[in-house]
Amino acid sequence: MPKFTHSILKLSGLEPLIVTPESNFVNIGERTNVTGSRAFLRMIREGDFEAALAVAREQVEGGAQIIDINMDEGMLDGKESMVRFLNLIASEPDISRVPVMIDSSRWEIIEAGLKCIQGKGVVNSISLKEGEEQFIDHAKKVKRYGAAVIVMAFDENGQADSYERRIEICKRSYDLLVNVVGFPKDDIIFDPNIFPVATGMEEHNNNALDFFRATQWIRQNLPGAHVSGGVSNVSFSFRGNNRVREAMHSAFLYHGIQHGMDMGIVNPSMLEVYDDIDKELLEYVEDVLLNRRPDATERLLELAERVRGDGKKKEIDLSWRKAPVQARLSHALVKGIVEFIDEDVEECRQLYDRPIHVIEGPLMDGMNVVGDLFGSGKMFLPQVVKSARVMKKAVAVLLPYIEAEKSGGRTSSGKVLMATVKGDVHDIGKNIVGVVLGCNNYEVIDIGVMVPFDKIIQTAIDEQVDVIGLSGLITPSLDEMVTVAKEMQRAGLSIPLLIGGATTSRVHTAVKIEEHYTNGQAVHVVDASRAVSVVESLLGAKNKDFVAGLKTEYQRLREHHAAHRADKQLLTLAESRSNALTLDFNETNCVAPKKLGVQVYDNYPLEELVPYIDWTPFFQTWELHGKYPKILTDEVVGEEARSLFADAQDLLKRIVTEKWLTAKAVTGIFPANAVGDDIEIYVEHGDEAPLYTQRSLRQQTKKAMGQPNIALSDYIAPKTSGVDDYIGAFVVTTGIGLDEHVARFEADHDDYNSILIKALADRLAEAFAERMHEVVRKEQWGYGSDEQLSKDELIKEHYRGIRPAPGYPACPDHTEKIGLFEILKATLHTGVELTENLAMTPVSSVSGWYFAHPDAKYFGLGKITDEQIRDLSERKNVPFDEMDRWLSSVKL
Amino acid sequence: MNTIQDILKNRILVLDGAMGTMIQRYQLEEEDFRKGWFEDHPKSLKGNNDLLSLTRPDVISAIHRMYFEAGADIAETNTFSGTTIAQADYDLESAVYDINYHSAKIAREVADEFTQKDPSKPRFVAGSIGPTNRTASISPDVNDPGFRGVTFDELVIAYKQQVNALMDGGVDLLLVETIFDTLNAKAALFAIDEVFEDRGTKLPIMVSGTITDQSGRTLTGQTTEAFLISVSHMPLLSIGLNCALGASMMRPYLQVLSQKTDFCVSAHPNAGLPNEFGQYDETPEMMAVQIKAFLDEGLINIIGGCCGTTPDHIRAIAELTKNYSPRKSHSAEN
Repeated sequence: MPKFTHSILKLSGLEPLIVTPESNFVNIGERTNVTGSRAFLRMIREGDFEAALAVAREQVEGGAQIIDINMDEGMLDGKESMVRFLNLIASEPDISRVPVMIDSSRWEIIEAGLKCIQGKGVVNSISLKEGEEQFIDHAKKVKRYGAAVIVMAFDENGQADSYERRIEICKRSYDLLVNVVGFPKDDIIFDPNIFPVATGMEEHNNNALDFFRATQWIRQNLPGAHVSGGVSNVSFSFRGNNRVREAMHSAFLYHGIQHGMDMGIVNPSMLEVYDDIDKELLEYVEDVLLNRRPDATERLLELAERVRGDGKKKEIDLSWRKAPVQARLSHALVKGIVEFIDEDVEECRQLYDRPIHVIEGPLMDGMNVVGDLFGSGKMFLPQVVKSARVMKKAVAVLLPYIEAEKSGGRTSSGKVLMATVKGDVHDIGKNIVGVVLGCNNYEVIDIGVMVPFDKIIQTAIDEQVDVIGLSGLITPSLDEMVTVAKEMQRAGLSIPLLIGGATTSRVHTAVKIEEHYTNGQAVHVVDASRAVSVVESLLGAKNKDFVAGLKTEYQRLREHHAAHRADKQLLTLAESRSNALTLDFNETNCVAPKKLGVQVYDNYPLEELVPYIDWTPFFQTWELHGKYPKILTDEVVGEEARSLFADAQDLLKRIVTEKWLTAKAVTGIFPANAVGDDIEIYVEHGDEAPLYTQRSLRQQTKKAMGQPNIALSDYIAPKTSGVDDYIGAFVVTTGIGLDEHVARFEADHDDYNSILIKALADRLAEAFAERMHEVVRKEQWGYGSDEQLSKDELIKEHYRGIRPAPGYPACPDHTEKIGLFEILKATLHTGVELTENLAMTPVSSVSGWYFAHPDAKYFGLGKITDEQIRDLSERKNVPFDEMDRWLSSVKL
Repeated sequence: MNTIQDILKNRILVLDGAMGTMIQRYQLEEEDFRKGWFEDHPKSLKGNNDLLSLTRPDVISAIHRMYFEAGADIAETNTFSGTTIAQADYDLESAVYDINYHSAKIAREVADEFTQKDPSKPRFVAGSIGPTNRTASISPDVNDPGFRGVTFDELVIAYKQQVNALMDGGVDLLLVETIFDTLNAKAALFAIDEVFEDRGTKLPIMVSGTITDQSGRTLTGQTTEAFLISVSHMPLLSIGLNCALGASMMRPYLQVLSQKTDFCVSAHPNAGLPNEFGQYDETPEMMAVQIKAFLDEGLINIIGGCCGTTPDHIRAIAELTKNYSPRKSHSAEN
């Protein structure tokens, strides 16, 4: 082991970096370099500094101890880009904690950069290329700006390419720096040029060896000086073969460090662990690096052909594992890392007198950090759910000990009962709220989906909960919530009632729910991020003020609603019908389908659905708002969106390749004609009795001149026209098999993946509906056989025809699903069933009608009158009260 | 004659206390800030204390005298805001040379008078170089973190002017103080280095940073050690901390400096933290007790006071230091 001269290099960002002879190799990040990274160049050129900062941040998190920044590109204003980027870094403490290396071949860029950094950075580089005078001048300035310097082994005659030239130039540079400039010896770093080996040219065979020898000479003969270099150069001949490159980099570093190289520009993701390099490969690589045999290059080239590989994946920073166990728990919670939680909790348990203290101490401290970060908008929902997963796992480890102790369990801030109401199976939102409340030290009792009111109330009484939270997605759930509220009143409960879910609203809660529950307070919670503050306010010391405020607000909403309603002028049914939409029905508009009747798709390949996924609603599920793909680069949520998206892609890949879910569909096209607002669906045209009659609802709002009052039946040729027309129907599901995986994740306390898989299954169901619609247009019906649309255009629905779903704005009448299911024999073919409130189960299912008329457009029904509901109940032969209940959400 | 470096080997030197706190006692009015120099200046000048070196030199020299009488070895010139950047608020960029030159002269005269009386205790004048009211590392515009209200080059120009005038006025030392943005300080050091080169003379430099809160970081986020490293490229007489914190809260950060540097270590803390009226109410005795802890630990080579300290505080501190020998450099490095 050669002995080197003593040297200490002190650098600083917001924090110090001190390189001593005992330090390990200092790893300089290389990704923020426009000459080395095309992606980074593009970001800078397009002015996307947010993304550029993310690159820098990722490097620091990935373990770079210094970040090299280079803006040398002909198309850039290098000076301006350097200044802008350094100034932005200055306000990012995550990045600016490490020292900066200002990398440029142009002095004016280096100098501009030096004027921006408060810490002690490194200049990369100066050299004798332009002669002594300039070298001295630049060195003096670097010293005056307070930076260390990299000196390239370069002089007036060019770059040093032999051992002798390297030491000659380095010695000359060193003497000038020390004796003429008075440059601090410890702040001098030499770069004795790393050149490629195994190039096939004999004069390159000693390139690595000469570097090693020169390095050793410098470290032994030039007191204080350090040695650095750009490592990836050495493997230049093996571009495209990462396996060989990674082995070369590691072996080069190993020998470089032995010879005294103490820092270098290295891509940590392009490094293999030296000891893990395949022994044969290592021997061949070292033969080349150390020029041990004349045929070393050929042998490595030949081996390289055989060991071609992708190399290894991204390195994970595990330095946090060195912290004390309490800090590790906190880190795991904040970062959502489950990997080590079992061992850490176990270790921590042994440090505390009682297992409960681990929860009350370090775990709750960590969750408080998470709660605060989420509350202040610094963490986003997916991260919180990941944190909760860690917490649940930690508690699961401790639970047996707590129970063994027979202590009363931990003290929570309150107990919250969560349920999705009877007839509804949607629970993503409910689960998210549960997780967020759990994170904030509330004990959550989740009694699942399709829960009838009596079970909700009994559980609330038995468990002595402090709050009940109801969730639902379909419109009939709104009524079910009213029922729960009335029954709570009857049962004499007075605890707060939270209302949440996609179709719920403040107005609905104020107008329909609150008045039925005067013993307690009903509150609408708009999204998961608000749940904690609402519960805190309801259970807190100032709850009276909060409730009084709510009551005033809801009273105002009711008054406003009543006034608005009185204002609202609806047409009579007759007036509406006389303003119906009249379309042309001819052969081009009413195309006879190629295949009539029902088609069943069993076990449709999931991989074909992936490209049809519309990701924007996926992000909405997680309360990350913005359009895909722009959301991935969003200033505020972009980072989290990318992380969530990556997790989603990983899980989706497993779902698809391991066939976790089964996709089934049934579609059908039937002869049909309109009779008034009804659509008669036949087995054959001319049939006396229809197979089924679809009852449409007609808009009744007063329209602007020339605007029709539409019903879906307007899109079908009237029977009186004599034109044969058609309607289609479909049911698709991708939810088969879902429960099993959800159960597995839940058993593993993994809410994150449980919610993620449900959200993905929902997206696949929508994608399946999109795909089936395409198949119908192009093949079965065939009117769209020459359609040429990109996936994006498909998602934006740039095609002919619509597929409105019962229960949604154009046909809010859920009871139409019954007939739709019947004519398709949907339950038989797909396994999808309807609940008592006509939600589809399994949950990731979609149903709807196909209308093919070129002028068919989606519309919203809007409010309708009692008159139309009565008319409908007569047409459907259903009691008025029942119809009224189903349509309460659209009734004026 | 002994140089300050020689004296520092043998005893702890005492820096004076607050200038502003003492000026307040005179209850000066607008005309005091104008007298003879800025009678017709369109802007209000009250509160621009540096101007008093021109308009009320009697007040400034009386304050220096009080501190020397209390036992201070080093007086700071009344030039904390003596840069074109700080004076721009008053449209008095043109007064910068006079402020620095005359402030230095006043302090010089009083110091020489005391040295003459007792040559065994020579008195020194440190040219006070403040941080200016702008930061080179932080954007004043929250919506544009890349923006800067002042550039390094602008700071260098302003600081060179101040340093030249202070040196013309005869200061013994330069004191770059109350550093909350290290980049501003680096510009000051850059300017000083250029002036030294231009003039062919050098003076000892003191550097004093400000740890703004108990996180132990400067306003711009550097830890004490990172700050130290960032300014150590110049050969300094001393590195230390001043302002923002009271003495006891400063102690952990002085320990860092004391362990990590070969330069002398200085401290001039506030008289505690301001109360709800913005006044400092630590008495000389209270402050002395805390400073005694520094001395017991051997952390200090130069000690004085910042906001809220008075000649009585300095007297108490000076008395205390007589019983202690100065900090010896801990550094084993090099």
